[in-house]
Amino acid sequence: MSEKPRLTYINGRGRMESIRWLLAAAGVEFEEIFLQTREQLLKLGQDGSLMFHQLPLVEIDGMKLVQCRAILSYIAGKYNLYGKDLKERALIDMYVEGISDLMQLILMFPFSPPEAKEKNIATISEKATERYFPVFEKVLKQHGQDFLVGNRFSWADVQLMEAILAVEEKVPSVLSGFPQLQAFKTKMSNMPTIKKFLQPGSPRKPPPDENYVATVMKIFKLD
Amino acid sequence: MSGKPVLHYPNTRGRMESVRWLLAAAGVEFEEKFLEKKEDLQKLQSDGFLLFQQVPMVEIDGMKLVQTRAILNYIAGKYNLYGKDVKERALIDMYVEGMADLYELIMMNVVQPADKKEEHLANALDKATNRYFPVFEKILNHGHDFLVGNKLSRADVSLLETILVVEERKPDALAKFPLLQSFKARISNIPNIKKFLQPGSQRKPPLQEKDIPSLMAIFH
Repeated sequence: MSEKPRLTYINGRGRMESIRWLLAAAGVEFEEIFLQTREQLLKLGQDGSLMFHQLPLVEIDGMKLVQCRAILSYIAGKYNLYGKDLKERALIDMYVEGISDLMQLILMFPFSPPEAKEKNIATISEKATERYFPVFEKVLKQHGQDFLVGNRFSWADVQLMEAILAVEEKVPSVLSGFPQLQAFKTKMSNMPTIKKFLQPGSPRKPPPDENYVATVMKIFKLD
Repeated sequence: MSGKPVLHYPNTRGRMESVRWLLAAAGVEFEEKFLEKKEDLQKLQSDGFLLFQQVPMVEIDGMKLVQTRAILNYIAGKYNLYGKDVKERALIDMYVEGMADLYELIMMNVVQPADKKEEHLANALDKATNRYFPVFEKILNHGHDFLVGNKLSRADVSLLETILVVEERKPDALAKFPLLQSFKARISNIPNIKKFLQPGSQRKPPLQEKDIPSLMAIFH
């Protein structure tokens, strides 16, 4: 039996992508199982593998972990990406939760009707440039360090990097007013584990397309 | 200046209630500053007290914490309600996140459009009795008093809070779950929690429809 974590999801970003990012950033190799039918999902539920009959599922260290935040917190804690004490943890949690609110808009975007798409992109752009990115621009400017918290690479940096790239896919010029974030993005891109994840052939998944939407609707029965 | 945490939120359950529960369970006295009108929120924003311009916000240990999960994680960690190691933490997190999904579903019912309310509630209660409660009933088969590590944790607090909120909508929700019934009785009798469940505590009542407009006015 392999010791690598095993990720079960569909072959797309969705709620598993942040987990792929964090494992990759931590330099942890992992395996993936891609569900293609609803029957496979139901079977996992019947097997007792899915605590709440939902994905993502990550099998790691003898546990069958579900719930994204539980999974991400475990990985962050295990691989020393969660700060050095409770207060640094609190900062990381605040930053990650804020970014996750922004990422939620991106997550839901493919499922919005065509007539709402332009408005949704405008909302993503507005929230990114007026609520979230200014916070991190200021944090980086104030301490002048490479990383968001404690002068050390953490989960918060990985999550911010993922969010920047995801927003840029929709709003290419989104970082134009944020010089600190531009420098941050460059530094993160050059970190060996992240650089590797950003190259073709990595486990990183492409942006969602109609195929992805159809698969999600079919397997998770979101209609 | 008192050393007590200060909670900034409207005088309602909303996203602050689980913070009130956890502080109470930890035996921590806290103060509350209630937002009553839009200007109250705007002042916090313009003072730069809200990292992402949103409440809940809790002043604690020199920090102005925002984001409910960040606040709860900090309190749980500080007051030893978060398990003894990373693996117990992972279990606690899984349970708490599952319960948060259910809690949110129930809480959202009051703001559903009138023609969707009944169906939405039926779905939420169905999830409670068929998806979530069976999980915790099964976990309690371990015969311990608490969900994780034979010790009170935030998971127990969260489960009790969720059970009570479901029972407000369906009084017999625990009919098929004997272990959850005894869990509920047991956890309700823990002194700090018993105190919080009594009238006059800082626990907030369920949201009434008539209160929705004034709440909306604060945020929109």
